[in-house]
Amino acid sequence: MASIVVPGEHVPAQHVNLKLGPGLLQLSAHRAQPPNSHLIISTRAGQLDHSANKSRWWVECNARRYVPASQESVIGIVLGRSGDGWRVDIGSGHPALLDGLAFEGATRRSKPNLKVRCQSVSHLSNQSVLQVGALVYARVSLAHKDMEPELECFDAQTHKAEGFGELSGGFVMQCSLRMSRLLLDPKHFLLPFLGSRFPLEVAVGMNGRTWISAKGVKQTIAVVRCIEAVDPDGAGMEEGDLKKLFNRLEI
Amino acid sequence: MRPQSPSIPEKEFTYEALKQSLRLDGRGPLEIRTPTITFGPELGWVECTLGKTRVVAYVDAKMVKPPPERPFEGTITIHSEISPMASVDYELGRPSEEEVTMIRMLDKVLRRSDAIDKESLCILAGQRVWHLRLTVHCLADAGNMLDCACLAGIVAFKHFRRSEVEVIGDDVIVHAPEERAPVPLAIHHTPFCVTFAFFPDPTTRPVVDPSLLEQKLSAGAMSIALNAQREICVLHKAGGVPTAPDEILRLLNVAVGIAKDLDKLVEARLREDWAERKVEVR
Repeated sequence: MASIVVPGEHVPAQHVNLKLGPGLLQLSAHRAQPPNSHLIISTRAGQLDHSANKSRWWVECNARRYVPASQESVIGIVLGRSGDGWRVDIGSGHPALLDGLAFEGATRRSKPNLKVRCQSVSHLSNQSVLQVGALVYARVSLAHKDMEPELECFDAQTHKAEGFGELSGGFVMQCSLRMSRLLLDPKHFLLPFLGSRFPLEVAVGMNGRTWISAKGVKQTIAVVRCIEAVDPDGAGMEEGDLKKLFNRLEI
Repeated sequence: MRPQSPSIPEKEFTYEALKQSLRLDGRGPLEIRTPTITFGPELGWVECTLGKTRVVAYVDAKMVKPPPERPFEGTITIHSEISPMASVDYELGRPSEEEVTMIRMLDKVLRRSDAIDKESLCILAGQRVWHLRLTVHCLADAGNMLDCACLAGIVAFKHFRRSEVEVIGDDVIVHAPEERAPVPLAIHHTPFCVTFAFFPDPTTRPVVDPSLLEQKLSAGAMSIALNAQREICVLHKAGGVPTAPDEILRLLNVAVGIAKDLDKLVEARLREDWAERKVEVR
């Protein structure tokens, strides 16, 4: 089922345990309606989609500008310090805040020790040496429409880094938001295909930034060009065409 | 607020790649992105793209009374609009230094290079002349907007046709396009702008047609406006990177080659478009 919705359109989403994804909004219950019915409208133009049991609904669309949503992993550029934390650009309308304590192993009590310790412990080095212009891979912990978004570099339950933190080396590229969702899809062909040709490290942010680290400059450029070629906002290549393009690249 | 400069990994990677003469889009250092030129339904409306950089230019003409000090010459004005639509770096009403440079370069390349014969725009000396107005809209900035805007502007002038006028005594009769075929402007030559970016590391060779990232990381730029007949109209070097005379001559030769290619492309596209517009009358 693929139906196209425009902003403001009524969406027939009904379920006892209904979960609304991006692009959908529940209006406050109308007096004339029965109390347990919901009036759901779309806030974006795109393709309406739902999970197999119709409990999760979302609008699939493409955009270039990122609107932060809670629990999404993003790649940000450090703009500067502010108080205890950092201001980080994540491509949204406002810079996000990354608290100095939102790292693995950092607590308010052990914080003074941390600054001393971090010179010797390598994985905590991001604590003291996040420079302006550094890249961080973080998760959006708070995304309220009236407040600046907040980021964290650990899992709030386990307090482990889980791969978040500073990204050093490599290269970061910008793609459309749809492309970054495709890259995160385990069934998408591109990253497994590239990974079968040469070793590479990739961090995909939901804000359209993708960090790539491969052995050589040529390999990194090849990855950037392949992602750009597959991007539905650009060339929108299919698997067969991409393989032909890849074989033409000199690596 | 936006990050003023690209992030550290982007910067380091780009410099490293440029040192090996590799560019992110797979071009060689002295290779431009192939421009595409699209014409609108109206004469004088052109959309020009260089990669993802996109500029629309259009020309319109009206009759005005000439200024008393130049009674035999028509007037040309250039309006350029760089809106935040092109890139978040631009703000309305507050032109940055680089926008001002771009607007002045457009003026130098298109108006002050005398590409368009102003005297042929005179209708009735001291009474009526054509006033040409070129509007340049920058729709998307993916680097090197100046070259794209210059190309769009000059192609718009070449594509434009003004209504035929007839002067009988002191009366001016304007013929509608349905009545008499509109006439093209008298254009002496076609200047093209070619921009090179220089990098802080002296061993890195300059690149032509910089992308947005290369432009932001460059230490300086040199824009050369020239025509296919090897005549230089403008040479503008910004940023103050010391460059040897031999190097400038080498880049000039590259620019000449590019201008020749661009000239061929523009002429071909104009011919194609003109062939499509022909309506057979039986």
